[in-house]
Amino acid sequence: MNRPVGVQFMQGNEACVYAALDAGAKFYGGYPITPSSEIAELSAKFLPQVDGVYLQMEDEIGSIAAIIGASAAGQKSYTATSGPGFSLMQENLGMAVYAEVPLVLINVMRNGPSTGLATRPAQGDVMQARWGTHGDHPIIALSPGSVQECYDLTVRAFNLSEKYRIPVILLGDEVIGHMRESLTIPEADKLEIINRKLPTVPAQGYKPYQTDEDDIPAIPPYGTDYIVHISSSCHDESGYSHSAPQTADKLVQRLHRKIDKNKKDIIQVEWFGPEQADLTIIAYGAISRVAKQAVINAQDKGLSVNLLRLITLWPFADEEVKAALEKAKAILVPELNLGQIVHEVERLNTFGPPVHSLSRIDGEILIPAQIMEKIEEVLK
Amino acid sequence: MVSEPRKIRIEIDKKSCKRCGICQGLCPQAVYSLAKDGSPEITNPERCTNCRLCDLRCPDFAITLEVLA
Amino acid sequence: MALSYKDYLEQSQLPHMWCPGCGDGIILRAYTEALAELNLAPKDVVTVTGIGCWGKADDYLSTQAFHGTHGRALAFATGIKTANPDLTVVTLMGDGDAVTIGGNHFIHAARRNVNLTAIVTNNYNYGMTGGQYSATTPLESKTTTSPNGVAEPGFDVCFLAEAAGANFVARTTVYHAVALKNLIKEGILHPGFSLVEVISPCPTYFGRFNVHPSPVNMMNWLKEKAIPVQKYRELPLEEQHEHFAVGKLVKKDRPDFYTTYRRINGGKKGAEEGDTNGR
Ligand SMILES: Cc1ncc(C[n+]2csc(CCOP(=O)(O)OP(=O)(O)O)c2C)c(N)n1
Ligand code: SF4
Ligand code: SF4
Ligand code: SF4
Ligand SMILES: [Mg+2]
Repeated sequence: MNRPVGVQFMQGNEACVYAALDAGAKFYGGYPITPSSEIAELSAKFLPQVDGVYLQMEDEIGSIAAIIGASAAGQKSYTATSGPGFSLMQENLGMAVYAEVPLVLINVMRNGPSTGLATRPAQGDVMQARWGTHGDHPIIALSPGSVQECYDLTVRAFNLSEKYRIPVILLGDEVIGHMRESLTIPEADKLEIINRKLPTVPAQGYKPYQTDEDDIPAIPPYGTDYIVHISSSCHDESGYSHSAPQTADKLVQRLHRKIDKNKKDIIQVEWFGPEQADLTIIAYGAISRVAKQAVINAQDKGLSVNLLRLITLWPFADEEVKAALEKAKAILVPELNLGQIVHEVERLNTFGPPVHSLSRIDGEILIPAQIMEKIEEVLK
Repeated sequence: MVSEPRKIRIEIDKKSCKRCGICQGLCPQAVYSLAKDGSPEITNPERCTNCRLCDLRCPDFAITLEVLA
Repeated sequence: MALSYKDYLEQSQLPHMWCPGCGDGIILRAYTEALAELNLAPKDVVTVTGIGCWGKADDYLSTQAFHGTHGRALAFATGIKTANPDLTVVTLMGDGDAVTIGGNHFIHAARRNVNLTAIVTNNYNYGMTGGQYSATTPLESKTTTSPNGVAEPGFDVCFLAEAAGANFVARTTVYHAVALKNLIKEGILHPGFSLVEVISPCPTYFGRFNVHPSPVNMMNWLKEKAIPVQKYRELPLEEQHEHFAVGKLVKKDRPDFYTTYRRINGGKKGAEEGDTNGR
């Protein structure tokens, strides 16, 4: 495979595949679904060329199971899906969180619920990405707003997943997935690639889930001298089932701790527009591009508006959103859903500015004029 | 409990035994009998042919057969 | 040094949780005996389990292990085996795991002919959750969710695997403990998808409601029901319905998934030889 480098022109979904390969991915398990299928097709073409495997499973339950297995066997693994498939993956997504198996799940969001409008964009899976699997659990979700970010954030998704041993969701949408624009692919040696850490203790008496202060286990792939016991049931440091209340509590607390204490490393946002503004828009994904244009248009009209773009959606950027709430006179959260992230913003609002929601759920994207209209209404 | 006949040594680990009765009920040579509490006793060790049906069928890994030199 | 079955058991986890006379312990013994006779190092074997009484088996093993979600063992195992063909992968599933909730993965793993071995413990019910009916429970059997008898016929697990394309298909019972061990060995050695279905007593539920609560009676019932496959095929139909065939039912040499994938798609690693494990 000839690795593209420098300025390229391609689709968001395509960029995800080049990024996965650059990150070292060797295994894809999936079930085709619009609007993510280009990721499957390109992976099928390229993976064998890097000695990898494209495996088309019988459904999305099996798809995520297969990549969990492949990852446990030592291959960086990924899948891509959309709405209905994302729903089917939830049980095993939780298993990957609980058993600390790294993987990247690309969800190209489409209009729902159910089969909905298969080819139309939406942002309706934001809360499902956070809470879709049962039980208390941490998760990481990143939201690309450009083809460049499809590339950059896919590499980053693998890095975070390997580093913290947690599944990372790339929560894109149909607009970004299918949009073509230029991006710059860095030289291979300029890329930072992180691989999961391996044990340094002897194989004899090794406990896969024993951790240092960093709370992250060092687990080698199957087949080395280390015996690895991976379990979806409550387990102690040995990986074997253990159902004592303290064990259950200790495990889930550690899973949260390893993410909570690294929020600075994980959370990425971008500020756009004037540092101080009357109104701050908080947006993500395709809508953050529209919001950028709205900020520019507002400035042209002499209105004081800026944008806080959430690149990391989960864990939530509490500190950055609090800063926005503290400074602005009003907040506007435009989303392609009936209001999901807006509730997270409201949760943090001890500062008082009114928080407005702007929704669209008809399968069409919000346009700058609609945001502009809302800005003018709020600032009136 | 340990019994040492001529050729085959049969050992039942009483701690592991769950008293299912399979060894006694299915030994073709009637080597075992059951005590009142249902636990197996080795009563006719000399009849054992080392067919291994009891140790392979014991669900609790409680039986060890050893062929003595 | 020759390995013993005990080398594959995690002694600190014993005694196991299974009821007195449950067939699961007999199958675990046969599996570990088979691994010992094949002289496979515990580190080179990945045991993949589902959820259920039999799905607890990994907790008693010292091999590499993956204890997944209910019904998905073969999907996890497909990923493990395809990502590293050098590993010996064995999945342990109940009838619920394998052909009820996980039926889709079962037929597709057999169709793909992934080079792994599935040991399916068929106790005709969901032991773990209290003896409800599964997709193998025979018509009209009583279970905790079919108090008047189940209104659905049960699957023939071996037929299903054969029809889906499995390379090696065998059935036996825990009564036939030596044959069981030998069939597991043969299944592991045979390339492609191997199924060993083991009819096993759940004296606590299925046995108590339909046959007898005594483990010894359950074992004798298995002995009566099981007919060697050659003899079974000559039986009149009515008698076939009252029994099941035991022994090797299918043995073919269709190339396994990984070997075929590499042949068609190339890729350096293993491109020429494919998956050589188990040959
Ligand atoms: C998705 C899901 N549904 C239901 C269950 C509950 N459950 C646990 S084990 C089991 C059935 C197990 O039956 P089988 O596979 O035959 O194993 P056995 O206990 O008989 O050995 C069920 C229904 C579950 N764990 N997960
Ligand atoms: S078969 Fe094993 S568990 Fe059952 S009674 Fe005999 S020794 Fe005990
Ligand atoms: S080996 Fe055979 S003959 Fe000897 S005690 Fe066991 S079942 Fe009986
Ligand atoms: S409930 Fe049935 S299957 Fe489960 S351990 Fe008891 S006897 Fe075995
Ligand atoms: Mg069962």
